[in-house]
Amino acid sequence: MSGEQAKLSRKDFVSDQDVRWCPGCGDYAILAQVQRVMPELNIPRENIVFVSGIGCSSRFPYYMNTYGFHSIHGRATAIASGLKLSRPELSVWVVTGDGDGLSIGGNHLIHLLRRNLDINILLFNNEIYGLTKGQYSPTSRIGLITKSSPLGVADHPFDTVSLALGADATFVARTVDTETRHLQEMLRRAVAHKGTSFIEILQNCPIFNDGAFEDVSGKGSRIQNQLVLEHGQPLLFGSEDARMGVALGKDMSPQVVSMDSTPEEEVLLHDETNEALGFFLSRLERPEFPVPLGVIRAMDRPIYEKEVAAQAERALSDMGQPDFNKLFTGGDTWTVE
Amino acid sequence: MAEVPSETTVREKPVEQVDAVVIRFAGDSGDGMQLTGTQFTNESAIAGNDIATLPDYPAEIRAPAGTLAGVSGFQVNFSQARVFTPGDRPDVLVVMNPAAFSVNIADLRDGGILVADSDAFTLSNIRKAGMDGDPLADASLTKRVRVFAVPLTRMTTDSIKDMGLPNKTMVRCKNFFALGLCSWMFNRPIEQTLTWIGAKFAKSPALVEANTRVFKAGWNFGETTEVFVHTYEVKPADIEPGTYTNMTGNRALALGLMAAASKAGKSMFFGSYPITPASDILHELAAHKNFDVTTFQAEDEIAAVCAAIGASFGGALGVTASSGPGIALKGEAIGLAVMTELPLVIVNVQRGGPSTGLPTKTEQADLMQALYGRNGESPLAIVAPATPVECFDMAFEAVHVALKYMVPVMILSDGYLANGAQPWKIPDYDELPDISVRYWKGDLGFHPYLRNEDTLARPWVIPGTPGFEHRIGGLEKDYDSGDISYDPVNHERMTRVRAEKIERVNEDLDPPRVEGSELGELLMVGWGSTYGALAQATEELNAEGLATGHLHLRWLNPLPVEELKRIFARYKTIVVPELNMGQLVRILRERLLVDAIPVSRVQGQPFKVGELKARVKAIVEEGR
Repeated sequence: MSGEQAKLSRKDFVSDQDVRWCPGCGDYAILAQVQRVMPELNIPRENIVFVSGIGCSSRFPYYMNTYGFHSIHGRATAIASGLKLSRPELSVWVVTGDGDGLSIGGNHLIHLLRRNLDINILLFNNEIYGLTKGQYSPTSRIGLITKSSPLGVADHPFDTVSLALGADATFVARTVDTETRHLQEMLRRAVAHKGTSFIEILQNCPIFNDGAFEDVSGKGSRIQNQLVLEHGQPLLFGSEDARMGVALGKDMSPQVVSMDSTPEEEVLLHDETNEALGFFLSRLERPEFPVPLGVIRAMDRPIYEKEVAAQAERALSDMGQPDFNKLFTGGDTWTVE
Repeated sequence: MAEVPSETTVREKPVEQVDAVVIRFAGDSGDGMQLTGTQFTNESAIAGNDIATLPDYPAEIRAPAGTLAGVSGFQVNFSQARVFTPGDRPDVLVVMNPAAFSVNIADLRDGGILVADSDAFTLSNIRKAGMDGDPLADASLTKRVRVFAVPLTRMTTDSIKDMGLPNKTMVRCKNFFALGLCSWMFNRPIEQTLTWIGAKFAKSPALVEANTRVFKAGWNFGETTEVFVHTYEVKPADIEPGTYTNMTGNRALALGLMAAASKAGKSMFFGSYPITPASDILHELAAHKNFDVTTFQAEDEIAAVCAAIGASFGGALGVTASSGPGIALKGEAIGLAVMTELPLVIVNVQRGGPSTGLPTKTEQADLMQALYGRNGESPLAIVAPATPVECFDMAFEAVHVALKYMVPVMILSDGYLANGAQPWKIPDYDELPDISVRYWKGDLGFHPYLRNEDTLARPWVIPGTPGFEHRIGGLEKDYDSGDISYDPVNHERMTRVRAEKIERVNEDLDPPRVEGSELGELLMVGWGSTYGALAQATEELNAEGLATGHLHLRWLNPLPVEELKRIFARYKTIVVPELNMGQLVRILRERLLVDAIPVSRVQGQPFKVGELKARVKAIVEEGR
């Protein structure tokens, strides 16, 4: 309780609760990276709040030795908005999943993104409902056989990144549970960003949708399927001996080109501030194209809680310090003797 | 017809003294009847009368002009005695078109005054209102009431035609002619209205002049023409000394919430989604951002309450407001506030239901929803203001209870209280009680579900407090550690504690108070906005020799069960009049094992005193 902040370590962020995810769940790796990155941020532990909804991922706050709120299905984004608005100095994190964040909580998610509060959202996308034991989610791919889709999923899935970009998010990134360094880097970038940061983390559910991201995370396939984005760098992927690039075709469609036969100038350069390029990247579909990983969009826009605070400041300077007696008698009054 | 004089002339006509007058203005929803009625009410309040109002407007902002669906009305009762209701039947009815006539004429009492804009009674308008011939000329009407057919539209345009305004703009001023005429008829003070016109239309000097001229023309028309032989005067009421202002329920609620948050030393966070008839609370609060009030217009009702809960978690006073349909959507989140034991104030400005129902009409049918409209055993405290001005006091109490006991509190207002106006004796802010909350100060053995011995409240330790990092949530918690627990016995224990917290609120509440006879034949038990009708009926029944008591409950959860039993035992018959199919009556029958009898009305309108009296008398007769 002293004012001095001792240097914190990963252990300081581990709560006394037993972690109860299934063995092999991708959530373990994500939790470990978050706990690893937290001490670097130099934010007092008591000023950090993790808010979640319902689902496997939403157990997350119990395992973080910070303030935490495990709320109701889909509403973490709304609860976090109220918290951040009334306590702008707090570091507020939302942990959600593809069902919690994109299905039942889809509305709150898009409105948080458009308002641009300085909140960090981690969306664990495993393309399945885990906690309810294996129904398809709004990101499950067409044809997936699940308990609730014995003949295969018929509904078209959301692309999480496209959705976030479409909601005018100011920071959108994608990473993979198994790419620990990359995940850490995305967390750092998210914290550094002023405004809502949205990270989609592709996360394996070993029980109900094992291997959904095998192409992106598997030892043999990850190199040719990961398009790792770096601001200002060309869109290159693949192994050293089979280097590939993403270029813009004459019809404005994306093209995969072999670097053996293509000059590097013809490959697109990544630009986190280019909104059109962000959409372009989010529409690259497997298996024809690699999966973009990294910061897809990072741009500045006024931060909602700051605008709200500025209005309150303006109200104070325009209307003066609160005076209830003046307020009560502000309309037409009359006196009875 | 006499020429309309250009300025007020002083020509006295005889003044007839009357005790009370009920006047109803009715017209197309575009005719400005709400504005006219509100301003006439202000004049009456300034004249020192006690007042009660009933705005009655359609859900459609602009239904097709001249149709029955588009009729908007505003009724005000002003009196030299205490006024409890807007009155059953108007003494004076002002109609701006045949549709307004058709909808309202049956309510006008026999011998009453009808003022009609005769210019609007064209054949096509009359047909649009579903009638054949000119109803104003109908002998059965002129025999029953005094009809004043006034060419109101033409005189309006005549009085400002030299201003060069478009015809449509000129015609739109006609409500000020009606206001001017009625102000003359009832000797209302007009200075304030002239000032108000100047302020209201400040952006357009032409409209200030036009409306002022039309208003004066209306006044002069009454004074100079031979149409009206005398005016009426209602002497000032005997009102408790003090400074007063007109107050609607919604505004009183907003001010009460603000004052309470301030007296608790808390920032107020108000999450809301627009809905009739609750939106005015949002508008009012949004206008006072310098009072440490944050308003958040959320994307939906669920986000509105969830944001308020998030703010409460952060240490602010979280408040949300809606009407029945919105409260239904908030149900799950309210349960979260019950479970996490966070302070939260939920305002339900009730309207006619189910579903979209009657958005602009009043009803009291959400009591069961407030008590039971959530999954699981999910108790919260419920309070219902009885009058528009009481919304201030009840909001203040609600905040106090929410903070002291760490519970959600629901305030049940309704459309009638929300929009009804009443003189409010302005309190001195400095004399309002301090309701500040003390944070938990210990530091050994903390867990988030430790309890205060008296209130059973858990400690409200907020993020930013070093050394007390903890997690709360919607899963059941262990009584002793605050950790997640699925233990069966623990769940029952926690369920009982959550219920007991609400019961303990009784400690803070005023004991129930009977008005009228302390014992006797009949006890009327009511809640919420029916107060006025029940109070009036009680006075009249006692005057007629039927010993009648009136018990109006403010807090509906918890109930002071033992005290109620003692009170109920003093009467032969217990009736429970409600604007629903009988909700409080079921609670009372169940909790008190008493043969209370419901008196239901579900017409989107308040009780009429006459009808209510007749019905309770019939019940008493039957019991004899």
